[in-house]
Amino acid sequence: MRPFIQFESVSKAFGSVTVVNALDLAIEKGEFVSLLGPSGSGKTTILMMLAGFERPTQGAIYLDGRRIDHLPPYRRQMGVVFQNYALFPHMSVAENVAFPLEMQRVPRAEIAERVERALDMVKLKQLKDRRPSQLSGGQQQRIALTRALVFEPSVILMDEPLGALDKQLREHMQLEIRELHKRLGLTIVFVTHDQSEALTMSDRIAVFNAGRIEQIDDPQIIYDTPRTRFVAEFIGETNLIEAKVASVDDHVARISLGAGLSARAHAGNGLSAGQTASFSLRPERIRLGAVPEGSNALDMTIADCIYHGDHMRVQLTRDDFSLVARCERLAGNWTVGASVVASFDPSDCTVLTQ
Amino acid sequence: MFRALQFTFGAAIVIFLLMPIFAILPLAFTSSVFLNYPIPAYSMRWLHELTTADVWRTSIVNSLIIGGGATVFATVLGTLASLGMRKGALPMVGLLRTLFLLPMVVPAVVLGVGMQIFLVRLGLASTYLGVIIAHAVLCIPFVIVSVSAALQGIDPSIERAASSLGAPPVTVFRRVTLPLAVPGVVSGAIFAFATSLDEVVLTLFVAGPNQRTLARQMFSSIRENINPTVAAAALLLIIGTLCLGGLAALLRWRQKRSALKTAPSAI
Ligand SMILES: Nc1ncnc2c1ncn2[C@@H]1O[C@H](COP(=O)(O)OP(=O)(O)OP(=O)(O)O)[C@@H](O)[C@H]1O
Ligand SMILES: [Mg+2]
Repeated sequence: MRPFIQFESVSKAFGSVTVVNALDLAIEKGEFVSLLGPSGSGKTTILMMLAGFERPTQGAIYLDGRRIDHLPPYRRQMGVVFQNYALFPHMSVAENVAFPLEMQRVPRAEIAERVERALDMVKLKQLKDRRPSQLSGGQQQRIALTRALVFEPSVILMDEPLGALDKQLREHMQLEIRELHKRLGLTIVFVTHDQSEALTMSDRIAVFNAGRIEQIDDPQIIYDTPRTRFVAEFIGETNLIEAKVASVDDHVARISLGAGLSARAHAGNGLSAGQTASFSLRPERIRLGAVPEGSNALDMTIADCIYHGDHMRVQLTRDDFSLVARCERLAGNWTVGASVVASFDPSDCTVLTQ
Repeated sequence: MFRALQFTFGAAIVIFLLMPIFAILPLAFTSSVFLNYPIPAYSMRWLHELTTADVWRTSIVNSLIIGGGATVFATVLGTLASLGMRKGALPMVGLLRTLFLLPMVVPAVVLGVGMQIFLVRLGLASTYLGVIIAHAVLCIPFVIVSVSAALQGIDPSIERAASSLGAPPVTVFRRVTLPLAVPGVVSGAIFAFATSLDEVVLTLFVAGPNQRTLARQMFSSIRENINPTVAAAALLLIIGTLCLGGLAALLRWRQKRSALKTAPSAI
C-alpha cells in the first residue's frame, strides 16, 4: 500500500543545475506537512512538481496510488494557494470561488449554494460582489484559500501563502488554516521559510537544504533532537560547538568542549571515542546558578547581558569558549564580569556528526 | 534661472509642434473660397461641402471601410503574434519581434513600392482588400506593442491558478488570459485605426481611384483645386484622432489603476 502522496527518488534539474536531488517523500492522508528550508533550497520546485507545473527530470510521483507526474495540472485535483494569491482580477469574489466548480460542471444552483457556504466558512459572505482589488491583503488571502478549498480537492498546496501579510494577521491566519485543516481533515503541503510558522502549524516538518531533505519529523522532535548541524542551526537558535568525543559508554558520551570544559551528552548510535562532532545546546536549556543533581555544570564568566523584553540573553565565556544562555528576566540579577555556573541536563544537548 | 529657460524652451517646442494645427483649423470656418488669412467671415460652408460633395463623402466612407478593415486584420494578426511570442517557447523570439516591428521604421515609400508590386502579382492592386492588407501591415506593429505590454502585465501565477483549479489550456485562455488582455487589444486597435486613417504614402502606391481615402483626397485636392474643404477635412481628422487618443488614454489609465490596486502589498 502506497502512502497518499509519494515522491519516489524524484530529481529536477534546470539545465545543468540540479535543484531537487533524489527526493523520497511520503505524506499520509489528512496530514499537514511543511516544507521548510532556506531560499533556493527547492521548496517551490517540489510543490510545482506536485501541482503539475514542472515535470520531474527523474523519478515518479504518486497520488492515492496513481502515478500523476505525467498529468497536466488541470487533471490533478489539487487546490493551490499562491504567495501572491493569484485571484482573477476581472472576476468578483463570488465568481472567483465559483470558477473551480464551473470547471467541474457542477449545476448552477449547486454552485451558488456551495459558493455561499464556502464564503460563510471564512466569514466573507458580505464581500462576494467585490473585485479582488477592493479587498485587503488578508481578505484576498482568505478568498484564495476558499477558492482552493471549495471544489474539495484531494490535496491543498500552499507556497508561502502568508508571506505578504503583517505579523499579527499572519499569526491569525496560521491559526485559521490550522483550524480548517483539523475541521475538514485536509491534506496540506505547506511551503514556508519561516521556522516558527512551520513549528506551530505542522504535523510534520521536512527541512530542506540544497534540494535534499535533512530531516523529516514532527515539530517537537525536529526542535529537540535535530539530526544534523544544518537542522540544529536552521530551526530555532542554538549553541553549536565543535567538540571532541572523549569517551562513549552506554549511550552517554563525554564531550570535551574546549577551555578544559567537558559535558555528558546523550549519544546516538555510531558515535565513537576520538571522533570530532558538533555539540548543540539550546540557549533556553541553560540554567544559571543552581545545579540540580545529575546535570552538567560549567564554570563560566558573564561577558554581556542583553535585555529582550520578556527575557535576557546572557553571553558566557571562558577563555576562547563561549555560550549564549536565555534566561527569564527575573531569574536573577546578573552583573557583567561575575562568575557563574551554567548547568544543563545531558538529555537537553545533542551531539551531531553530520 | 535654469528652470525658466527649461520652461521657455519646452513651451517653444510645444508651440512649434501645435502651430500648424492651430493655423489650419480656423480656416475650416471661413466663408471665403481661398485657403488663407484673413478670414472675412465665419460660416459652415466648407464643412457642409465636405459632407455633401461626392468626392469628399466617398473618401470619408472609404477611410472608414479601409480603416475598419485594416484594424480588424491588424488586431487579429497582431494579437495572435503577441500571444505566440509570449511564452518564450519559440526560438529567436527577439529577432521575430524586431521583424514584426519593422514596418514602423521602414520608410513608407519603400513599403509602398514593394507592396504595389506584390499586390499586382496577387491581382489585388487597386482593390479594397489590397489597400486594407497594405494598411494592416503598417498597423500590426502598433497592435503588437500594445498587446504584448498587456500580456506582460498578466501575472503568470493567475493562469497557473486557473489551470490548477481544473481549467484546460483553452479555457484558461478564454476565461483568464483574453479578458485580461482586452484593454491592450482595444488600445492596439485604436492605434491601428488612427494609423490607417492618416496614411497617405502607402495609399498613393496601392490604391486605385475607387479607394481614395480622406487623407489621400486631401493630398490631391491641395494640388488640384485648393479650397478650404481641406481645412474642414483636417478638422474632422483631428477631432477623430483626438477622440481615439482620448479613448486610448482612458483605457491605459483604467488599466494602470486596476494594476496598482491588485498589487499584493496593498493590505
Ligand atoms: N525555471 C527555472 N529555471 C532555472 N532555474 C530555476 C527555475 N526555477 C527555479 N530555479 C532554481 O532552482 C532553485 C530552487 O528554486 P525554488 O524556487 O524551488 O526555491 P525555494 O526553496 O522555493 O526558494 P524561496 O524560499 O526563495 O522561494 C533556485 O536556485 C532557482 O534559481
Ligand atoms: Mg519558493
